[in-house]
Parts: sequence; C-alpha cells; structure tokens
Amino acid sequence: MNESFARPLVRESTIANALVATLIVTLILMIGWPLWALLSKSLQDGTGAFIGLANFRTYFSTPSMVAALVNSLWVAALTTTIVVPLAFVYAYALTRSRMPGKGLFTALALLPIFAPSLLSAISLIYLFGNQGFLKELLLGHSIYGPIGIVFAESCYCFPHAVMIIATGLRLADGRLYEVAEALGTRPSRVFFTITLPGVRYAAISAAFVVFTLVITDFGIPKVIGGQFSVLATDAYKQIVGQQNFEMGAVVGLVLLVPAILAFFVDRHIQKRQVALLSARAVPYEPKPAPGRDLALTLFCLAIASVLVAMLGMAIWASFIRYWPYNLSLTLANYEFENFEPGAWGPYLTSLKMAGLVAVLGTALIFTGAYLVEKTKVAAPLRGIAHFLAMLPMAVPGLVLGLGYVFFINTKGSPFGVLYGTLAVLVINTVAHFYTVGHITATTALKQIDPEFEAVSSSLKVPFWVTFRRVTMPISMPAILDIAVYMFVNAMTTISAVIFLYGPATKLASISVIHMDESGATAPAAAMATCIVLTAIAAKLIHLVMDKLVFERLQAWRRR
Amino acid sequence: MASSQRQTEGTAGAPFVSIRSLDKFYGSFKALADINLDVARGEFVSFLGPSGCGKTTLLRAIAGLDRQSSGSIAIGGRDVSQAPPSERDFGIVFQSYALFPNLTIAENIGYGLVNRRRPRDEITARVQELLAMVGLPGQAGKYPAQLSGGQQQRVALARALATSPGLLLLDEPLSALDAQVRIRLREEIREVQKRLGVTTFMVTHDQEEALSMADRIVVMNHGVIEQIGTPEEIYRAPSTPFVADFIGRINLLPGVLREAGRVEVAERVFSCPASSDLAPGSKIEVGIRPEAIRVRGVSGNEANAVRVRIHDLEFLGAFCRALLAVEARPDLHLVADFSANLMRDLALAEGMVIPVELPVEALRLFPARSAA
Amino acid sequence: MKSRLFQGASLCVAALSVFASAALAQTRTKLTAYTALENDQLPPFKAAIEAAVPDVEIVWVRDSTGVITARFLAEKDNPRADLVIGLAATSTLLFEKMNLLESYSPTGADKLRPAFRDGAGDYTWTGTAAILAVVCYNTVEAKKANAVAPVSWDDLTKADFKGKVVMPHPASSGTGYLQVAAWLQLMGEEKGWAFMDKLHDNVAVYTHSGSAPCVQAAKGERMVGIGFDMRGAREKTNGAPIDLIVPKEGVGWDVETTAIVKGTKNLAAAKKVADWTATKGANELFSKYSAIVAHPEVKNAPPNYPAEAEGKLVKNDFAWMAAERDRILKEWVKRYESKAQPK
Ligand SMILES: Nc1ncnc2c1ncn2[C@@H]1O[C@H](COP(=O)(O)OP(=O)(O)O)[C@@H](O)[C@H]1O
Ligand SMILES: [Mg+2]
Repeated sequence: MNESFARPLVRESTIANALVATLIVTLILMIGWPLWALLSKSLQDGTGAFIGLANFRTYFSTPSMVAALVNSLWVAALTTTIVVPLAFVYAYALTRSRMPGKGLFTALALLPIFAPSLLSAISLIYLFGNQGFLKELLLGHSIYGPIGIVFAESCYCFPHAVMIIATGLRLADGRLYEVAEALGTRPSRVFFTITLPGVRYAAISAAFVVFTLVITDFGIPKVIGGQFSVLATDAYKQIVGQQNFEMGAVVGLVLLVPAILAFFVDRHIQKRQVALLSARAVPYEPKPAPGRDLALTLFCLAIASVLVAMLGMAIWASFIRYWPYNLSLTLANYEFENFEPGAWGPYLTSLKMAGLVAVLGTALIFTGAYLVEKTKVAAPLRGIAHFLAMLPMAVPGLVLGLGYVFFINTKGSPFGVLYGTLAVLVINTVAHFYTVGHITATTALKQIDPEFEAVSSSLKVPFWVTFRRVTMPISMPAILDIAVYMFVNAMTTISAVIFLYGPATKLASISVIHMDESGATAPAAAMATCIVLTAIAAKLIHLVMDKLVFERLQAWRRR
Repeated sequence: MASSQRQTEGTAGAPFVSIRSLDKFYGSFKALADINLDVARGEFVSFLGPSGCGKTTLLRAIAGLDRQSSGSIAIGGRDVSQAPPSERDFGIVFQSYALFPNLTIAENIGYGLVNRRRPRDEITARVQELLAMVGLPGQAGKYPAQLSGGQQQRVALARALATSPGLLLLDEPLSALDAQVRIRLREEIREVQKRLGVTTFMVTHDQEEALSMADRIVVMNHGVIEQIGTPEEIYRAPSTPFVADFIGRINLLPGVLREAGRVEVAERVFSCPASSDLAPGSKIEVGIRPEAIRVRGVSGNEANAVRVRIHDLEFLGAFCRALLAVEARPDLHLVADFSANLMRDLALAEGMVIPVELPVEALRLFPARSAA
Repeated sequence: MKSRLFQGASLCVAALSVFASAALAQTRTKLTAYTALENDQLPPFKAAIEAAVPDVEIVWVRDSTGVITARFLAEKDNPRADLVIGLAATSTLLFEKMNLLESYSPTGADKLRPAFRDGAGDYTWTGTAAILAVVCYNTVEAKKANAVAPVSWDDLTKADFKGKVVMPHPASSGTGYLQVAAWLQLMGEEKGWAFMDKLHDNVAVYTHSGSAPCVQAAKGERMVGIGFDMRGAREKTNGAPIDLIVPKEGVGWDVETTAIVKGTKNLAAAKKVADWTATKGANELFSKYSAIVAHPEVKNAPPNYPAEAEGKLVKNDFAWMAAERDRILKEWVKRYESKAQPK
C-alpha cells in the first residue's frame, strides 16, 4: 500500500499549472501581443519613434477620415434600427407562435452565416445595380453606397440578432402569461408588460452585436460601397493601399472603441439576464391564434425569401454567361484559371486553412477550457486565462488582423518568418473566433459533474486520463459544434486575413474580393458560391455526424 | 464549543486519522474553526449538522480536494496536510454518484485499477467481486443511465472501494434517494464497512442516518465541532443546547443555579443533577426531552412536579405531541410526547389540567447562551 | 487482411511521391515576383517563364499598381521581392531613382524599341508591353439615354454623361495614373486640372482596378469607362455592346517593365528571367495580352482593338511622370478623394 503514497516526481497540480501557464503564454502571443503591437504602432511615426497622440490628431483633423468615421457610425446605427425590430418579430414568430415550419424558418434565417458577408452585396449589384432587374424599386437612387451597405449588412447581421433575441424569448416564464390570462389582461397589455420587458436585455444585446458587426465589416462596403467610405475600408486603404501602417493602426483603434463598449454593455446585461433565468420558470406554450399565426407566417416568409434571394441571386449569377446581355447559363465562371492567378488554389487553401483551424483550434479551445474549468490551478492563473479567452469577443477581426500585421512586421520580430504563411492565417483565425468556442466548451464542461476530477484523484488517476476517457467523449457534441463553427467562420472570414495572406496562401474569400475588384463579378460570385456550399456541406455533415455520434457511438446516452 | 477540545474515548493506541487545529477560510468567511479530531482505524464517524455548517468542507479538507487554511491532517501516522488527493489514501462517494456516464459499470468500478497496470484478469475478477459485494452481479455491461439511483450509488461505493483504500469518504451518499432505498442502503453500507474494516467518514444532515450508522458522531454548527461522541452519548448527554435540540427535541427553560443540585425556574426551585462546571448564581438553561416528562403515576407531590394545562395535542401515529402550559405561569410552555397507551389509559384531552414530573436524572443544565 | 496491406502500401507510395515532388520543387529556385499584371495573365506567364528557365519557380504577389508600388516602398529596407514583372515604368523609374533596383541589361535588350528601354543612368528596367487607356462606350446604354458618342476628352464633360463615367483611381491603378499624367501633359497643369474638375462631376466612381471601368461599361453598369485598353477589346470580343473610342487629342500610356530588385539572394536566376523577357518568344506571349509590345518584329492586331490607338499615344515624359507621381497623386486625392471606391 505504501507505494501508492509515494510522491510522484512531478505533481499533477504542477503539471496543470504549467499547462495553464502555457495556455496563457499562447493566448498572450495570439491575442494580447498583437493588440499591444497595434496600440504601440498608433503612437509611433514611420520610423518607429514615439510621437504620442500625433497620429490621432492627424486622423481627427483629416476631413476624409472623420467623414468615414461618421459614415460608419450612422450606417451601423441605421442597420441596427432596421435589423433589431425585424429580428424581434421573426424570433417572436419562432418562439411565441404556432407558425408551421419553424424548423425550416430557423434554418433559413441562419443562411447568411454560411456565406462571406460580401455575398449579399454581390447579389444586390445584380438585383439593384444599374443593370439590376429590380433597379426601378430604388426610384433612381444608387445601390452603390449607404443604401446597398445598409441592405447587405442587414442580411448579414440578421441571423445573429434572431439567435440572440430568440434565446431571450425562450427564457420566458409561462406562468406569468397564465397569471395574466387568469386576470383577463388584454393581449396588447400582456405584450407590453410581460413580453417586451422580458426580452429587453436580449434586444439590447442584439443591438450591440449588430452595431459592432456592421462597423467592423469590410467585405460589404468594399464591394458595394461605391464612393462611400467607411472605417473598415479606410483601414484597408491605409494599410494595403498606401502602406501607411501608423494611420492604419489609428483606424484600428478607433474601430476598437465601439466594439469594446458593446462588449462591456453586453457583459453587464448578461449578468442581469442570469438573474432572470435563475427563477424556476415554466416554458411558455403558445396558444393557437390563427390570425396572429397567419400574419407572422407571411412576415417570416417575406424575410426568408429575401435571405434566400440574396443567396440564390449570387449563385444564379455565377452561372450566367454575360450579364446582362446574355443570360444563358455556363460553367465558364468557375474556370478560375481565367480570372485568378491561383485558379482553384485559393479555394483549396481555404479548405486547408479551415480544416486546420477546426482541428487545431478546437483542440486548443477545448483543452484550454478544460484546464481552466476543471483542474486545480492557482486562482490568478485561471482568472488571467479566462480573461484572455474572452478578449477576442471585444476585438473585431479587422483590428486583430491589423495587430498581427504589426506584430509580425515590426523590424526584428521573431515572428517575421510567419509572414504570409498558412500558419499565421490559422493562428489569427483561431484567435479571432476563440471566445465563442471557449464559451461553448465552458458551458458544456460546466454541465459535467464537477466531482469527476475529485473521484479520479481519489483513485489516483491523473486528470489527463479522465479528460481522455470521460470528459472528451461526453463532450463530443460540444466539440463538434465548436469544430464546425470554427470551420464555417474560417471559410467565410475576410476582415482579418486580408492583411495577412501571402503569395502562396491567398484564400477563397480574398480571391472573391480581388476578382470583384477587377470587375470579374460573376467569377467572384462563383467563388463565393463555392464557399457557401462548402460551409453548408460542413454543417450538414455535422448534423449527420451528430446523429451518428449520438445514436451509435454514444449508446450510453440511452436509458 | 467547550467540548471540541475534549478527547473522546475509543481512540485506543495511535489514531488512524488525526486532525489538529484545522481552520478554513473562504475569503473572510470562516467555514471551519479550530477542528480537532482523532479517529481510530476501522471507525465509522459521521459529520452531522445543519446544511452549510461546514461538513462537506471538512470532508474535502481530509480528502485534500479543498486545502485547509491552517492546521494539520495526518492519515495512518503520516502528515498529509500538504499532499494532493492522489497522495492520500481514500475512496470517495458523492451525493451525485459522479459515475462516468460513458463507461460501463465494470469500467467505472475498474477505473482506478486500470491505471495501476494490474493484469486484465485480475481487474475483471476484482470488479466481479465488488459487484457481488454491493449486490449487483450481472450488471457489469450496463451504462449508469440504465440503473436506478440506488444501484448507481452502489456502483459508486464499489468504485470507491475498488482500490482497497484505507479511508472511505461519503458525502451525503443517500440523500438523493427515496426513503425506502435509503434505509436499505444504510444497512448495506454499514455492513460492507464493518466487513472491510475501512475507516469511514460520512457527511449527513439526517440525524437518524447518523444515529443508526455511525460509531461516533461529530456534531457541527457554524464551522465548529459542538460535540463528539457515540450516538448514545450525543443523545443522552448533549453537551450544548444546540446539540440537544438538533438531535431529537428538547425543552429549554431559562433559570438560575441556586446551589449544586438546586435550580430556580419560573420562581420555583427544582432538584437537578449536581453540575461541577457551573457556579452557583449563574444563569443557565434547563433542558428536558419531550419523552422524559413523566405523567403516569404522578401525584403532584413529587419534588419536581408541576401542574400543567394541556394546550394542544398533535396526533402523530404511535404517539401524541402535547403542548403543555405551566398552570402557574401560562407563558411557559413545555413539549411532551405521550404514547398512545398513556393517552388511552389517562383519557387525556385538550384543556385538562394534570400534574407532570420533570425527573431529576432527565434534567440537563446548560450555561445560558449570551445572546438568546 | 490482404487489402489492408495493399491499402497501407499504396498510402506509403502516395506519401513518398508527395515527398518526392516536394523535394523536386525544393531544388528549383523560388523567385518572388511583384506584379500588377492582369489576373488572367499570371498563369500563362508563370508557365512560360518556368518552361524557359526550368530551374526557377515563380511566386506571384499581385495587386494593382499603386498597392504594389506602396508595398515595395514600404519594404525597401527588407525587400521580399526578387523581381518586378509587369509594373508600370513610372513606378520602376521611381525605384531606380531610390536605388532599389539591380543594374542589369538583359541579353537582347538593345534590339527592343527605344521607348521600351531604360534610357537614362544605370540600365535597370526593360519594357515588355504598352498599356493604354481608352474610352469604353456602351452603345446600348447610350441609345437608351440618347447620348452622342464622344470623340474628344472634352465631350466626356457634357451633361449627357453625368454620373455615367467611371475611371480608375490613379493612386491604386496604373491605368488611372497614366491617363491623369497624359491629361496634364496634353493640356498643361492648369487646364488639365480644370478639365478633371469638370470630368469629376460626371464620374460615378473611381475604381480600384484599371480593368474595372471597361468591364463595368461592358456590362452596362456604367455607360462610359476610361480604362485598360486590352480589357475593353476582350469584353467586346466576348460580346459586350461597347465601342472602344480613342479621343482625338491622344491617349495616355505607360510601359510595363521588368526589373531585378537590388539585394535579391537569387540574382543569377533573376537575370535569366530578365533575359527571357527580352526574347522574341516572350514578346509573342505579351502580344496576346497587349497590342503594342517591346520587340519590333512582333506585330499584333488583337480582335476589336482600335487600330488608330498606336498613332494617338501622347508624348510621354516618363522621368517627369515618375518624379511628379507623388505630388500629382496628392493633389488628385485632395481634389477628388471623396468619390473613390474603397480600395
Ligand atoms: N467554494 C466556496 N466559496 C465560498 N464559500 C463556500 C465555498 N464552499 C462552501 N462555502 C461556504 O462554506 C460553508 C460550509 O459549506 P459546506 O461545507 O458545503 O456545508 P455543508 O455542511 O452543508 O456540507 C457554507 O456557508 C458555504 O456557503
Ligand atoms: Mg454538504
């Protein structure tokens, strides 16, 4: 028996601490340091000398730059005002009505998530451009500019808003409605006194998310912005067009402000929301109301049609021989060797990149979340790791991408070798989407009995064995979720990687931008179509695998 | 609090588990204060107290799962105060069972064995043996979700015992089960524990469970040990009003000690056991358990007799709980348990005035709690 | 069992062959070439270079002229390119002046047309082909709007074309800059800017790329595109209802050039590629994408290309164009930046 008391060479807690410390260093390198590089760059001149806030003064005294800032703000505000109410009604229909086909409507609302943001902008050009067949609807206004941006951004942000608000609506306590009904309260009064207050936090949260998404999106204004400049395209113009890194850094920091603001407001609201949740609620069961259901169905049908049209138009356009003079169908636009120096190369690079992001990113995120959540590590380490994991949420992809540019490109940086490599694209994309994966993993881990680790240590089984034998298999659904989320986002992302790709590592989404830039809109639509179909295929494979994992490999879930 | 320092008998020779001056803080909140405890090899000790009093905290400190803030713990003569759980020698069972849902029953039980690189046959044999011991032969291939709660808790017990630990820790092992299963498992756990002779700590907030299973009970309140003793000692001779009230029920009447063996309550002097550690003139509380109040054959002339009015009778099946008001001081109430027999024989009914006796040997004197 | 073995073996073979081809690729010298060539030119150019110089592998970094130029300048302390291929002479001249280019005269360069040879100082760059700006005029859209086809630059400032003209942003597009420079040389600074002020009122958007204006005109998205000549001809051949108009005052042009970057670690290989660009064979390839190429014996009449264009080239002072590039662009941005398409 005595042998079992023996103190091992290295204690488990030491190993856990070392692993978390490694995680922290990794996250600092991936997230913290690039941000620091961005910040310090904004305070330097072209030669790297510290010049304080001079760049900011230049920024705010250059009328065209301030104009872009103002443009960004009002476009984002307008989009938010349009999207949130629409998303509210849509989410209301999904959660509070007896509308038929809720599953289908949910899936349709999520469609834009699987496409690069600029896809809807490309569709808009075909629909409302100067040769668009719905052009008359614009009454002489041009789709190039704020109208197009707001329209396309609304489509792009819609799923995010719907998901957040629907989650809020699902939290409703059915008993409140029963009480109200028992008291004979009018439906309108119920709506204003119970429904709206209940979903208030979710709506505010959605508003901030939409605002941030719009203000930091690059693809849409690039494609359909016309002469209308915004912050995101300004940053690109400074960095890529004029190689003016210092001013690019300033724009990046300006972009960071609303995002960080949104992040903290959201954190605050989430806390309130938890308090609402903790009351033992009874799920709300909508009562039949044919009038309401019909109206909501028509509404959802209209919205879903727009979303489908946005996707469908681009796909159709990708097969058109010569818009608008020859509408016969052809596969010629998919012969990328005629439009893109890398031919199909960018698509394959995207696949490779997304695959690596899904595999490596998920491994890092899940293991990291496990270490933070389940092992006995020193409390300060846990706190720092958690903070770093939550940080990317507050950092728009564009800003992170800029940070990476400076981080890698500063003279004498040991990471200079990463310049333009697939590795840096993978690392940056993992960092960009880290937080959502981390939250998913943490939520799943929190649902696992906290005593598993205690039992294991009593049985002298080290935590990594329990991680492999128990925690990981149990968390398989969450792990798959994270992997697919990472894959889909890696396929569609533009804003961060546009600054980082190299000659051999151009991605499909960047190729879309370049082809569109040179006027090859149809091939751009074709490449975007390839991205969408791949992302949707990944999701479908996920659904099938989920079924398989649940029903075959996880026999233990059955009673 | 007086008795937490007291060394209890039953620790012949060197104690197997020895806890000294243990404190535990959560921030500024003191969850455990000056815990001292010695436990002999093979003893079954129960931590009993209201929810939140620190029982689990103490158990987890012994396990090394949550390190104490100060103080020491020795197991088997070895100081393990700073050792991580894996370097202590215990098996643990939680209220939630904490069975690995994706592993079969056999894999769960063999979980700690596999890691010790024992031959496969030996593990299989050991798992079979344990399954038989906890009465679940033939369930080896099932998954936890396919078993009932009671069966799952048996598996958890088998898993904890698989590696033959020197110490078995049970944290409210039965409280998630329904009443009947709970009573059966009580006996089974106790039997297995006796057979294996494994030193056992069990956390519970259920006094009945503690009384029926433990060799000794550690009664805790607000992070301190109120009393340590056998179930009988704890019941018969509670050392604090809290213990007296938590284990069974007790009437507590304020009074003043006049001299050794004489106590004044409600302007009347009663005989009481002589108490060595209370000075005459000190304020005290006099305790008497409801079932100790005598009714049968009381004439009213006994030294400790009082006339009471039956204020209320609550029928509880085998007995009735009576609320009695002292006739001379109607604001003073006593609770008494009357057996069904007694009720019938004396034809007791609400509103009757009867003489009762508070037998001298049944009275317990406690120093008055300053606040109360 | 057997099939398992077989699978395993074939996997090994596959893996080995991947390694083998990777190893083969390793032995070739990788040359990073910064270029502003059209996307569709890159694969055939790469194939032709690698066929002519088998021990090199070309890695393209492509962007529009302005972006590539800015990037090259930003990296001047730590150059990442070995060569520039197909970059406007106004940019290479600038590099030459900053002493960023290797002095080398490719074999056979002396036989090329004079305008395509580095004429001053150290010999650093060699022209390959001329790029011209032409006016792509959508006849279908014009008919709808009852517009009269322009014959001179001034015609483009007429009210008929309000909001219907698109041209490249000179800071990012080589085509854009060469035309702005042409106007200033044709009309003189003062009149040139005044003309552009008026034109600006008719411009819908300044595009990032020099190809985009003719493509947009071809698709009827805009009526008039001032853009890259060959793109216009190609769109017309593809069936676009456009006419390629050469305004009577003359059109702007520039020369695409090849040069070796000073400090390249692969100088020998880079020289071989530079030699190739001066060959007749290479010029035959260029002529597939350009109407006017460096080699005097390579004549070319691309389908739908305006024959009169070659005679209407403005007199270019490349040295002036390079030296004044920064100033002209600053002035241009100051005047017209608000309508620029995001780059
Ligand atoms: N991790 C913790 N952080 C702060 N306070 C704690 C923590 N764990 C327990 N406590 C507090 O310590 C006290 C004792 O808890 P516990 O030992 O779980 O009680 P119980 O006797 O019910 O098992 C309680 O007041 C509890 O709120
Ligand atoms: Mg407890």
